[in-house]
Amino acid sequence: MPNEVPSSQRLRYLAAIRRRKSLIRFWQIFVLAFFLIFWELSARLGWIDAFVVSSPSRVCATLVNLYASGDLWLHVGTSCLETVVGFTLGTVLGTLIAVGLWWSDFVSHIADPYLVVLNALPKTALGPIFIVWIGAGTASIIAMTLAISIIVTILNMHVGFLSTDPQKIRLLRSLGATRGQILRLLVFPANYETLFNTLKVNVGLSWVGVIMGEFLVSRAGLGYLIVYGSQVFNMDLVMATVLLLAIAAVVMYQGILWLEKILKKRLGVIA
Amino acid sequence: MMIDLRRLALTYQSPDGEIEALRDITFSMEQGEFVSIVGPSGCGKSTLLSLIAGLETPTAGTIEVDGERVIGPSPKIALMPQRDQLFEWRSIRDNVTLGLAVRHQNTPERRAQVWELLERYGLSEFAAKRPSQLSGGMRQRCALIRTLATGPDILLLDEPFSALDYQTRLSVSADIYRIIRQEHKTALLVTHDISEAISMSDRVVVLTHRPGTVRAIHDLGALRTLSPMERRDAPDFRGFFNLIWKELDVNAQ
Repeated sequence: MPNEVPSSQRLRYLAAIRRRKSLIRFWQIFVLAFFLIFWELSARLGWIDAFVVSSPSRVCATLVNLYASGDLWLHVGTSCLETVVGFTLGTVLGTLIAVGLWWSDFVSHIADPYLVVLNALPKTALGPIFIVWIGAGTASIIAMTLAISIIVTILNMHVGFLSTDPQKIRLLRSLGATRGQILRLLVFPANYETLFNTLKVNVGLSWVGVIMGEFLVSRAGLGYLIVYGSQVFNMDLVMATVLLLAIAAVVMYQGILWLEKILKKRLGVIA
Repeated sequence: MMIDLRRLALTYQSPDGEIEALRDITFSMEQGEFVSIVGPSGCGKSTLLSLIAGLETPTAGTIEVDGERVIGPSPKIALMPQRDQLFEWRSIRDNVTLGLAVRHQNTPERRAQVWELLERYGLSEFAAKRPSQLSGGMRQRCALIRTLATGPDILLLDEPFSALDYQTRLSVSADIYRIIRQEHKTALLVTHDISEAISMSDRVVVLTHRPGTVRAIHDLGALRTLSPMERRDAPDFRGFFNLIWKELDVNAQ
């Protein structure tokens, strides 16, 4: 009934929803604004030591300097590149290994205790080993990122593969499908959702790997800036970098959501 | 004989022990016949279909289809599983040609034949849609066309209507019955619904509780010539229903 005039109850209901939405948005902005103003004022009035906790204006000035010196994009770009390479490798290799484990139940039982141990182990402990083995450079940082994301990918994807509907497998087998066909036509497509969820988890994990890696060994990147800033006691630089990191992480996460939408359309998960 | 089962038995092995699923099953089916298997839940009805489809190997006895021993999945036999099992990531067109894709027979001629089936049964306009965009009844019809697409002689129907509500179930089973008869297929339907078995088949095989074995085989005689809907009103219907109901003996183990 699109032509019908909405009842007064309906109009009141819609108005209430709108009011609630704008109120929530108002408070969200208010909290941020209050935090920034309070931080700035406290620094200016000397309630806190701006040398230690910095202030919004000093963070801004630092960012402008970084941009002017041309270093901004070097550091942001380095970290983003390492993250993207790390999580792409982690997702692809992890999925391939999960396929192998699905293929052979025997191998998956052999691998089980090792995966449990590797999953429980804090991967950052492996950092120094990578540096000794691979050398102090980007490769070590990516290895670290890979170590963090690959185990989760293997476990998630393997569980997803195993939960494929047995009735659908029975249908394909009755059509004479080989194990490879069952994988290609059913098990993999049925787990697109698992894959996208794993991707989203991996973006976050890869940032952890990259920053940890850059703390240990690097000449550029956001992790490097944070460590450098804290060592020379330039808290403005540290705060500015954390802000950049937050922005980069959010942008990348949104990028994955966007990629998911495009891929889902192409793969036919959604119409 | 189209299907010939002789002294068929299946015993599962598991770490906890042996499970005797089926014992001494003997019956046969003519070309073009519609036979239903009814039995209490867990009596091995679905297992029996898996055996005939060549998905499992019997521990004793033989299965012959068209005079040949069944040793694996065969293009002569197609299985229609519980629920429709359509793949949500494939369009209706790609779902009904799934069997062709698996068997590398996705040729223009075969596709044209399947398209004809879609048109004949009123689904061609939904070819580009997703399964979730169709009603339960239409999904069942798609599942049947997927089963028919590879050109089998025998259809094995494994409780295909169990997920549908009562209303839909009645009309869908009449619908599926009409298509199977029209395409001159031999069909073996597994169900736990006595009235569904009587309304659709030529003969009803009653299995006992596990280990499943043949308790009785009923020829529905005069009912054979009637449609599923007409049968439910026929005087013989109640007689068969009560007879099979007693044989299934829900209270005894």
